[in-house]
Amino acid sequence: MSSIASRPERDRPWMFRTYSGHSSAKASNALYRSNLAKGQTGLSVAFDLPTQTGYDSDHPLSRGEVGKVGVPICHIDDMQVLFDEIPLEKMNTSMTINATAAWLLSLYVATAERQGTDQSALRGTTQNDIIKEYLSRGTFVFPPEASMRLTSEIVSYTVDHVPNWNPMNVCSYHLQEAGATPVQEIAYSMANAISILDVVREMPDVDHDTLSRVFGRISFFLNAGIRFVEEMCKCRAMNRLWEEIGRERYGITNEKMLRLRYGVQVNSLGLTEAQPENNIIRIALEALGVTLSKRARTRSLQLPAWNEALGLPRPWDQQLSLRTQQILAYETDLLEYGDLFDGSHVVETKTDQLLDEARQELQAVLDMGGAVTAVENAYMKQKLVESQTGRLRAIESGDLTVVGVNAYEEAVDSPLVEEGAGSILKVDESAERDQIEALEAFRNRRNEAEAERALANLESVIKNGGNIMAPSIEAAKAGVTTGEWSQVLRDVFGEYRAPTGVVAAPVSEASEDVSQVRKRVDDLSTRLGRRLKILVGKPGLDGHSNGAEQIAVKARDVGMEVVYDGIRLTPQEIVQSAQDEGVHVIGLSILSGSHGVLVTDVVEKLAAAGMGDLPVVVGGIIPEDDARKLEEAGVRRVYTPKDFDLTRIMDEIVDVVAESNAG
Amino acid sequence: MTIEPNAEAAHALAERVRAGERAAISEALNAVDDNRASHQPARLALLDALAPDASGIRVGVTGAPGAGKSTLLDALVSGLRARGRSVGVLAVDPSSQRTGGALLGDRMRLGSSARDAGVFLRSLAARDQLGGLSEITGPSLDVLSAALDYVFVETVGVGQSEAQVIDVVDTLVFVAQPAAGDLIQFMKAGILEWPDLFFVNKSDLGDVATRAAAELRAGLDLGHRRDPDRVPPVLCGSARDGLGIDALIDGIEEHTVYLGSGGGGDARRRAGRLARVEQALLARYGRYGVAQLGPAKRLATRVEQAGDVSVERIVDDLGREIEDALRGAGAPGDADGA
Repeated sequence: MSSIASRPERDRPWMFRTYSGHSSAKASNALYRSNLAKGQTGLSVAFDLPTQTGYDSDHPLSRGEVGKVGVPICHIDDMQVLFDEIPLEKMNTSMTINATAAWLLSLYVATAERQGTDQSALRGTTQNDIIKEYLSRGTFVFPPEASMRLTSEIVSYTVDHVPNWNPMNVCSYHLQEAGATPVQEIAYSMANAISILDVVREMPDVDHDTLSRVFGRISFFLNAGIRFVEEMCKCRAMNRLWEEIGRERYGITNEKMLRLRYGVQVNSLGLTEAQPENNIIRIALEALGVTLSKRARTRSLQLPAWNEALGLPRPWDQQLSLRTQQILAYETDLLEYGDLFDGSHVVETKTDQLLDEARQELQAVLDMGGAVTAVENAYMKQKLVESQTGRLRAIESGDLTVVGVNAYEEAVDSPLVEEGAGSILKVDESAERDQIEALEAFRNRRNEAEAERALANLESVIKNGGNIMAPSIEAAKAGVTTGEWSQVLRDVFGEYRAPTGVVAAPVSEASEDVSQVRKRVDDLSTRLGRRLKILVGKPGLDGHSNGAEQIAVKARDVGMEVVYDGIRLTPQEIVQSAQDEGVHVIGLSILSGSHGVLVTDVVEKLAAAGMGDLPVVVGGIIPEDDARKLEEAGVRRVYTPKDFDLTRIMDEIVDVVAESNAG
Repeated sequence: MTIEPNAEAAHALAERVRAGERAAISEALNAVDDNRASHQPARLALLDALAPDASGIRVGVTGAPGAGKSTLLDALVSGLRARGRSVGVLAVDPSSQRTGGALLGDRMRLGSSARDAGVFLRSLAARDQLGGLSEITGPSLDVLSAALDYVFVETVGVGQSEAQVIDVVDTLVFVAQPAAGDLIQFMKAGILEWPDLFFVNKSDLGDVATRAAAELRAGLDLGHRRDPDRVPPVLCGSARDGLGIDALIDGIEEHTVYLGSGGGGDARRRAGRLARVEQALLARYGRYGVAQLGPAKRLATRVEQAGDVSVERIVDDLGREIEDALRGAGAPGDADGA
């Protein structure tokens, strides 16, 4: 392998990563070591939702979520196990962590120190992009102002103490997943980076040289969809716009610092549950979009697994994604040439067009006060919900072709997902219990007085406006837990609930199907005596609200009254809300894989509150076996990503309510 | 099929509502919102059973979009919970005129207090009422104020809705944001004559807020007021930081005491009932229809004389009379009043 990679006429390939982590630090460590042995060149850590939102594994909101979408990390011993026998000195680690980024970086620094590595030698990335959490991903905790402060403090700390660290990975990835067009992706991610750089520029100890270094350390995390020519042009346009912003807004002149550095995870949104093997091809084509043009080539690439729309990928599925990268980099002749598109009028014209439109949209956001304002007034969120609604309507109408979904649906059964193929990974249900036991043991063996002192010091530093990193690293060494660290910040900064952006979504032009459902809703409402009312809820910590929002908008469009409670609700809160609001049906959305525990809990609590006959429908990434179990538990309908026709879902919800109110 | 009016069932449900039973409050709210002709007798029986002692204090919160109404409401609810009071919130959101559908987002905007077991929150779509207040706001408040110590109603926008909300609340709080020019607009719109308390939000903005409060006080001294004997207090604070909330709650309590001890509380509730009856009849039968009942004064007397029954019962009875009059005397009335 190395003999080919080092051939002088070939460029060095990008870094190969796989976003992974599940169950426990021990299981994830084994996975990482096996991935590295297969030729993966960097690590990308997926944390579970409690870790991302600052709760210990034994917190009530963590129930059902521990180890589901990533690895649970409660304290330094967890982190040490996660990187056991992986020398951090040599590793390049990307951590998808935002609200609690300062804490996880502190644990990483403290773990490295235990391994005998100084922080100055560490390489890697903390995602640390809170704006897109408000807009799309939902693992924010603190209000915008406090969040911007945290981000900028991590930036200013690392630029001096961990100089090879990328302190902030501005994500346009999740914007695309939330529906962003290429223009929106460029404009909003740039606005986002500017919002942090403007704060850093105003910090008292930041001179021009520091600002230049900070600018050079900001990296981006992009998405790449199936329209791979346009995606390539998008990357080229971003290169140019970033350099422009550096020169014009911040007066950066150092060419090296002006270069846009970005990593990519290709699109998960477009992966289909129907004919899932088609995803293998989609993923490979999407990888081309960000590697073909040398000028706009990604620094690191993560490919999703073909079966992500079905559930959690197995090691074999991840291996296939890694092999796709290796074939592209080592077998093809891609890396033997300069930029293939220099001089292409077609590519230049498209790039210019994207650039022009992105400049305008960026200016619009800056004119209203920047990215933070555009989060608080829900401008960007509304734009994204609009784009997403348009995209889904185009799929429903057939204007946008998705092979196997709304075209060429005739297919033989896929042997990859046939009965007994075991096509997804099952998280060991005992993982949560084991993790909680280990956490209790850790609390018992740590020096309590030292932990308390560290927490008190952390609080006083934050209140006095000092940088959060040093006291956090001390707290990590003193045995403080993720939940304790976060609680101090929650107490000082408060918690934030972001606008949903759905309220202002324009009502769609009614297609014939929509009109029919509207008529049915009207008729049923007359029969019920008041308008059909639905509660759309997201139980648990999963913050991916796009699906729930689209359902809410569609339900409104067909004439229902919709109560949308936003994210992060406990089953008890959902039941109380359903009771207070007097709804006729509940729609739950869960993408984290915790549907088993959470949905069953809602159904049981409804029964206990005397609302056992209130119908519940569920949507999410739910394997077939689980769907059957949920239906046995009383859930009336289960929807998965293959149910893309929202109007039909609404029609069925009318059926469900009619059935429940018959006679 | 007509369901026989069952006074006993209505009283039993009303009793459970008064006891604060969550399921009963919800059931009652659904029942008063039920527009099936066959359910009207039961609906009226329930409202009558609740009418005599809906003793909870009703507070309207109004102000321009962006003034911080939801944040303030959240802070008020938390403050009252800390004083051991139970609280109900009625949040009114606009409906789509085209589809009848509506996205009700207030519960989410309310934040932490919406998750408290001592807080009952119902969102209503404004439905066909362009001004913002749904016709079932009144009856819904009747249910909630029978069960809870305090009931808030939050309205959308500024203008028409103040004049309507005043008919259903005891105290109206106006949230102002300290921005130049706003107050002049409010005065022009005649909004300042209605509120009983003003809260200048975002006092962390400093001078701007102090100036806004001073302007407001000056404006109130000059302008029309609903109650000539009382100058509404102008308070300052920050809903986001929880500043001035205790003083605002004290202000609401003082106003309640004032209304109950010679401040015209009864007169206000009577006027509110009359206005609700009038509006409902106008919406259904138009001016010509209402004129069938004789001069306006007579309507007022009729509402007074009706005693302890619900507004909706009065509307129903008077509606029947109007229908009879319109058909020519002696024609049999429609039993369902639909």
